[in-house]
Amino acid sequence: MTGAVDIGNLTVRYAGATALDDVSLSVAENEMTALIGANGAGKSTLVKALAGLVRPSSGTISVHGRLAHVPEGREMFPDMTVDDNLRLGGWRTRKRNTTPVYDLLPDLAAIRSRKAGSLSGGQQQMVAIGRALMADPDVLVIDELSLGLAPMIVTALVDHLRTLHATRELAVLLIEQNARLALDLCQHAYVLESGRIALHGPAATLARDPRVTAAYLGGHVTVTP
Amino acid sequence: MSDLLGYLITGLGIGAGFALVASGLVAIHRVTRVVNFAQGGFAVLAALLTSTLLSAGLPHGVAELGGVALGALAGLVVGVVAIGRPGTSPGTALIVTLGLGVLAYAIEVLIWGDQPRSFPGVPGVAEIGGARIPAHYLLIIAVTAVVFALMAWFFARTDLGRALTACASNRYAAQVVGIDVRRMGLLAFTIGGALGGLAGVLTTPVQQVTFDSDVTLIVNGFAAAVLGGLTRPAIALAGGLLLGVTQTVVAGYGGGAYQTEVALVLMLTVMIVQAARTGPVPEMAQ
Repeated sequence: MTGAVDIGNLTVRYAGATALDDVSLSVAENEMTALIGANGAGKSTLVKALAGLVRPSSGTISVHGRLAHVPEGREMFPDMTVDDNLRLGGWRTRKRNTTPVYDLLPDLAAIRSRKAGSLSGGQQQMVAIGRALMADPDVLVIDELSLGLAPMIVTALVDHLRTLHATRELAVLLIEQNARLALDLCQHAYVLESGRIALHGPAATLARDPRVTAAYLGGHVTVTP
Repeated sequence: MSDLLGYLITGLGIGAGFALVASGLVAIHRVTRVVNFAQGGFAVLAALLTSTLLSAGLPHGVAELGGVALGALAGLVVGVVAIGRPGTSPGTALIVTLGLGVLAYAIEVLIWGDQPRSFPGVPGVAEIGGARIPAHYLLIIAVTAVVFALMAWFFARTDLGRALTACASNRYAAQVVGIDVRRMGLLAFTIGGALGGLAGVLTTPVQQVTFDSDVTLIVNGFAAAVLGGLTRPAIALAGGLLLGVTQTVVAGYGGGAYQTEVALVLMLTVMIVQAARTGPVPEMAQ
């Protein structure tokens, strides 16, 4: 257990219902790891537990370094400008200089004075990633990068993510319903089914696993590597 | 004509007090979604303490600051009791604030009795356009203008203000970026308490205060705050001023017995028209 994130035997219950059952997962430093699964499998619960937004019933969560979270649905501060949204991302670290994020994501610089609520879904997702980067994270957890976005926008976001990963020493945990995208982008992957880890291993191996292809790889967006 | 000008200016002074109470309600509701029915009590507590401090020989300024500080402290205490326990719903917290408001009556009567109190404000009379206006009304208007300008700057330009606005805008996103929304809620209650306290110390020289003066303040303050959907301080300010002016004009021309009723009917009409256009305040619709 020496990864950027180590989760051991994690169980989360909501009012008697078990959302996560004895889940163990590891995200290696400077690697991209995917967590795929159907709706209701427990993916978002795992993210909330990691971000400290829900209290686990049992198990351990160990994060080495700072963790930042890109939430499902982008979750903007809609009446604030892009610049103010980014600044709030640095709340924990008291970092307010947004220039490094504009250097990493130059598309944001052109819309820095616009209200976040007036942006397209793809632009908001970029703001959400930029806001997470303001926390100067060692681990970036992205919940549903592609949700509700056009394939072309997703491809552009994935390119940005690859560049970010290449230029910063950053461990990424990508939680995705779009299994094809996640398995193409990441080095390792876990499959979550009904709150339990059903499969895990190198992403390329899982992409060829008949159980994965049958259940998750039908007609999704393909991202050119 | 000079009578009307006089009513307008004194009405703005009275309305500024309502606007301060309303802005306190808005500051708390935006961040916590709680309608704080103890808001008028902060004004009463601050005014009563100020009268005591002035009687004890403290100079003006220091005594009023003491009153505002007590309002802020009372706001913090109400906040701790109302939202301190994680998971308390806004509806439950509203009932808690109502209960604390009633408890405050008992404490105020115990300490200060049930007789009206007042203290002198800015002496003298100013002549504006032929109308003779007690100078204290001009102080109320000036201080309120400065306070609203400072609040606009604070919420838009400072990190703490942005964090409070972030909690108001998207509570979940605020948690995601690491803002402690419960602590921000307590800060909002403290700010609300200070604004209520300021309303009390500013208006007491022109309107005597008793332990139950909070009813008039909360009714008018709430009406002004609801006008802006309990979320927009600028509209709460406009609503408070409109109420104050209407009441003063009605009292001047028609008789003081109906001033509150006429003003509230006016406000109710505005709210019905507004609700028909834009729908009810979300929390009210639940």
